Amino acid sequence: MSQNQSEIRYLTPPTVDIKKKKYCRFKKNKIKYIDYKDPEFLKKFLNEQGKILPRRLTGTSLKYQRKVATAIKRGRHLALLPYVTDLLK
Amino acid sequence: MSNQYETVFIITPVLSEQQMKEAVQKFKALIVAEGGELVHEEDWGLRKMAYPIQKKSTGFYNLLEFTAKPEFIAKLETEYRRDERIIRFLTFKMDKHAVEYSKKKRGIKKPEKKLEE
Repeated sequence: MSQNQSEIRYLTPPTVDIKKKKYCRFKKNKIKYIDYKDPEFLKKFLNEQGKILPRRLTGTSLKYQRKVATAIKRGRHLALLPYVTDLLK
Repeated sequence: MSNQYETVFIITPVLSEQQMKEAVQKFKALIVAEGGELVHEEDWGLRKMAYPIQKKSTGFYNLLEFTAKPEFIAKLETEYRRDERIIRFLTFKMDKHAVEYSKKKRGIKKPEKKLEE
């Protein structure tokens, strides 16, 4: 009984999600200025509805999160980015 | 003490090419007339907007980079508001990182033609 107990084979190996250390991409690649004019780069910080992603998901530091937020709001003002949409990506 | 500014404005697509050029020319002349100095100019042409403005979903985007005295900005913005061809504008005071970024970006573009993006 105990013998086949140990022989339990899982269909898919149990994945333990490794804790990926989040880092602030601006500090790492020394980006100092976030351009509000190129929507492609800013889209990385928006979810599908066009809302700004929180820091806990993107891992950016507070200083650069504020810069990203103002850049996104300027992009939205200039209609480079939508305020709200359903399928952004 | 003059600072470096960057202004992007959207011109309504209803205009003809010539009228659009003339509108851009008017603002460039205004900058130079007020003692400002035009550093760089970009014309993104007709672009689709993320959401319709004044029932129009496309617009002519123009970018002007210039140095000017701070008092001039208020005048520029009232001029924007007065001109009905401009449907949206944004002026932005460039800090040193912004200036260096645009110089670097322009540096790459310089070998090719200056205006085409």
